[in-house]
Amino acid sequence: MEQYINLFIRAIFIENLALSFFLGMCTFLAVSKKVKTAFGLGVAVIVVLGISVPVNNIIYHNILAPGALDWAGFPDADLSFLRFLTFIGVIAALVQILEMTLDKYVPALYNALGIFLPLITVNCAIFGGVSFMVERDYNFGESVVYGIGSGVGWCLAIVALAAVREKLKYADVPDGLRGLGATFMSVGLIGLGFMSFSGVSL
Amino acid sequence: MASAKEMKSVLFGPIFANNPIALQILGICSALAVTSKMSNTLVMCIALTAVVACSNLFISIIRNHIPSSVRIIVQMTIIASLVIVVDQVLRAYAYEISRELSVFVGLIITNCIVMGRAEAYAMKSTPFMSLLDGIGNGLGYSIVLLVVGFVRELFGSGSLFDVQILPLASEGGWYEPVGLLLMPPSAFFIIGGFIWVLRTFRTEQVEPKE
Repeated sequence: MEQYINLFIRAIFIENLALSFFLGMCTFLAVSKKVKTAFGLGVAVIVVLGISVPVNNIIYHNILAPGALDWAGFPDADLSFLRFLTFIGVIAALVQILEMTLDKYVPALYNALGIFLPLITVNCAIFGGVSFMVERDYNFGESVVYGIGSGVGWCLAIVALAAVREKLKYADVPDGLRGLGATFMSVGLIGLGFMSFSGVSL
Repeated sequence: MASAKEMKSVLFGPIFANNPIALQILGICSALAVTSKMSNTLVMCIALTAVVACSNLFISIIRNHIPSSVRIIVQMTIIASLVIVVDQVLRAYAYEISRELSVFVGLIITNCIVMGRAEAYAMKSTPFMSLLDGIGNGLGYSIVLLVVGFVRELFGSGSLFDVQILPLASEGGWYEPVGLLLMPPSAFFIIGGFIWVLRTFRTEQVEPKE
């Protein structure tokens, strides 16, 4: 149990996907003008990461990993070179299924997430989370915790940035720095803040 | 066939006038984490440029046969296959660098430059022009990355391409390295500064007041 809590905290604060690995930056910068929309996107990312990391974990360990096809009579098969193609396909399919399910059964949530769901397919945070899961060789339980934890971390980061940007509107920024430049600098400063968690060990 | 002038603007436009990172906010994701060393940066730039150029070319060749309802999946499949090729080549010939880049080679798939250019340009242009557009955007991406990588490696560890330029104080030299530059947040400050310099010279890119 302790290792799961440890992993959860690490995924949120110390190894924050957005601020220490720069994942999901495009949407991170583009959709962080208002706290409300940022929060909607953040929740969508938590949901998709929380589902897609464990699902890809199952697929990788049962089909793609070297020797994983033993149960089907191919003990020497190594399909791991197909993993990029498989993962992106699985993510795209999951997002599509999630969109249709929400539309049918939870229309309120579907309307709240709106345009963000399809955007998530090309969000590098999802693909990055899945790749890290493979690279660090998480088992199924860890992958569930890691998926949700890293989603929460990403959500936290984008809400923080949106809050800063809402206030930044009132600041008198030099012309060339206004907008994108100032946003980059703010992200850097938030990143510095998050770095202070790096000394925390549980 | 397009005129020479048009070809030139497609090829060189994205470098300063319409830079994918500084103006279009595309492809920042996988970019910044690999810029702490010049050699990694250069490999990443070459890989990205190759992928965006080839994907633009192939998507443009079959653009009239792709039904628009499934175009995203088709584009994704082409891009993912190209990235697998790049990844396998790197593992075969540059294993060390491939290890250091770790998941970021795979992340070229979700790099918005590749998708963005395929969707915005290759779907409605001829193959040759799409190829040029791909190379141009790859170069625009590379120039930002190389500037960031240059600053970070030179001032962060006093070297370029692993060759020591500034003798470090810890090894008897005079240069005290700025450790902050090796940390992730520094890349944001450098890109912010890059955008500032770019927009000082190209004032038409300044964003209007809200």
